[in-house]
Amino acid sequence: MAVPATRPALPTDPLPGGAKWLRTARDAAAGRLAAMGLPQPRDEYWKFTRPDSLTQADVPAAALFDPREAPVFGEVDRIRLVFVDGVFAPDQSDDPAGENLEIARLAEIAETDIHWAAGLFGRLEADGHSPVARPLAALNTARASDGVAIRATGPVAKPVSLIYLHKSETSDAILHHLVKVEDGASLTLLENGPAAARFNKCMEVELGDGAAFNHVRAQGRDHERRAVTHAFARLGQGASYKSFTLTANGRLTRNEQVITLAGAGATAHVAGAALGDGAFHQDDTVFVHHAAPDCESRQVFKKVLRNGATGVFQGKILVDSVAQRTDGYQIAQALLLDGDSQFLVKPELEIYADDVKCSHGSTSGGVDVDARFYLMSRGIPRAEAEDLLVLSFLAEAIAEIEDATLAAEIHSRLAAWLERHRSGRR
Amino acid sequence: MLNIDDLHVKLEDDDKDILKGVSLSVPAGKVHAIMGPNGSGKSTLSYVLSGRDGYEVTGGSATLAGEDLLEMEPEERAAAGLFLAFQYPVEIPGVGNMTFLRTAVNAQRKARGEEEMSATDFLKLIRAKAAELQIDADMLKRPVNTGFSGGEKKRNEILQMAVLEPRMCILDETDSGLDVDAMRLVADGVNALRSEGRAFLVITHYQRLLDHIVPDVVHIMADGRIVKTGGAELALEVENNGYADLLAEVA
Ligand SMILES: Nc1ncnc2c1ncn2[C@@H]1O[C@H](COP(=O)(O)OP(=O)(O)OP(=O)(O)O)[C@@H](O)[C@H]1O
Ligand SMILES: [Mg+2]
Repeated sequence: MAVPATRPALPTDPLPGGAKWLRTARDAAAGRLAAMGLPQPRDEYWKFTRPDSLTQADVPAAALFDPREAPVFGEVDRIRLVFVDGVFAPDQSDDPAGENLEIARLAEIAETDIHWAAGLFGRLEADGHSPVARPLAALNTARASDGVAIRATGPVAKPVSLIYLHKSETSDAILHHLVKVEDGASLTLLENGPAAARFNKCMEVELGDGAAFNHVRAQGRDHERRAVTHAFARLGQGASYKSFTLTANGRLTRNEQVITLAGAGATAHVAGAALGDGAFHQDDTVFVHHAAPDCESRQVFKKVLRNGATGVFQGKILVDSVAQRTDGYQIAQALLLDGDSQFLVKPELEIYADDVKCSHGSTSGGVDVDARFYLMSRGIPRAEAEDLLVLSFLAEAIAEIEDATLAAEIHSRLAAWLERHRSGRR
Repeated sequence: MLNIDDLHVKLEDDDKDILKGVSLSVPAGKVHAIMGPNGSGKSTLSYVLSGRDGYEVTGGSATLAGEDLLEMEPEERAAAGLFLAFQYPVEIPGVGNMTFLRTAVNAQRKARGEEEMSATDFLKLIRAKAAELQIDADMLKRPVNTGFSGGEKKRNEILQMAVLEPRMCILDETDSGLDVDAMRLVADGVNALRSEGRAFLVITHYQRLLDHIVPDVVHIMADGRIVKTGGAELALEVENNGYADLLAEVA
């Protein structure tokens, strides 16, 4: 199949209109983007993942997919906010109200001169281009027309749940969310769904001292969808950031997380489980910056790949000289269920403090045949035995989900995926 | 119950012959023991009977209650009533012991066309069996064999046997690594299972286990063959004199 040498790139000029703070932020982001340029295959952090389908003007069509199962998190009591192909759907959403909770749409506050979100929009993204540029995040800031601004001023009882529906085969959605958890407040954010044929999502998360943020997402199971997501987080003293992502299916997924432990004693755990069968390319690019003493970070990424699926992990821990007594951990592992699949990794440690405990590791391999035989010798059929071993491989990542109900929900989705793919369905 | 006739086995990706014509049969209700020097092929025999990959049967046969074992998948052999207590039980991090056992019990029931056991019935069953083997709740909750001591792993094997109720039990050096008290527990566990319809093949190096589990027949295996068969007294002879005299005698 002939591929044109260069396809026209998507527009990069800032969206017009809005209040002054928004125009300023969008213009600045467009300026950053112009200076760094769109990602190219030769870029250091795009060697393993081809950026072209994310940057071309034409959205590669993505067939709609009926997963024939109840949507994830269906049993969880939550505040649902629904987006259809990137457009907020108020009639399908709950009243966005709750104790200690403020929620506003970006599209609404865009015209407001004074809003807390003005101080956050584009700020963490702008700070997040070191050590490498993240042009698609700058693009997001310049061009996102909607998203939500969520502020927790105390403990928020119900999770806020962003639901992304995909109804058009050529939709191109850009959403920008802002999350602010004030000192001592806590919030759980859920995200699920394919969102669009092509989805660019950016989330900026600011955590005050002692704030706690739990994030669990299940990216949609549409086989042909493409997504690039960025989370930029800044943690105050003793704050806690815990994020888990399930990626099952999707033609192309690039999830970047940029986390700055700015206050002493902060904790950041980022984890993910990715399941790919066939035309699947999933990339976790994570940058954890220890900028204060006594912080702990954990990265746990597990990928199960078969039939030529590709998994990528690029993870860096940077420890500043002030960040004494840092406890950093990073593990990235792939279970390759056949010889066609591949796992590409680039783990990095850069440490300037002397009293630091940092470990990292990455492995890839097939199913443990001794363990499989042991299970089979007890009467468990081969396929079921393999599924048990796959789940056991994923267990360390699932264990990062703090809430037992949510962890059980994710576990059951993983088991169901394995069951379906075992019997040749998708 | 178990009939092995002139079984020849070599490694799949090596021309090394390991079993060179093993014949033995264990009738229902009986306990047979196999002793023999290191490397004589005892574990290989147990693996080949239970269907582990990596071996090629080049001759002979093995049947369980008349059914051809060698044609079956490992899980089918288990459902047909074969059980192997491993010499080296495998650690499986991430799979809870309880989940594992329940999956195994129900998989076997399903294969036999029986109804699955309810969660409460299963819990009752496993608690009772675990108590007999002095296996505490914590060990049941932990991942399969992960971080278990040598003796705990062996007791866990016997627990699985007690729960799965196989009709043909092969124990490969279940006594090694056990302290005196654990040995008694394991032996009691095995003896409790002894019955008319059930047969045992006990692989061991030591007479000590056979004091507790008294065998009907003792076989000596050497270099891939059964070289001598006798009564319980044969084990004593090995214990007292080692293999040298015995092997010289049959050579
Ligand atoms: N996978 C293998 N690769 C190479 N050699 C093997 C393999 N499996 C078995 N063997 C060899 O076959 C022979 C028999 O081994 P086996 O483990 O059956 O002995 P055993 O009688 O159980 O010994 P032990 O008393 O030490 O447990 C040994 O020489 C062993 O090295
Ligand atoms: Mg052995």
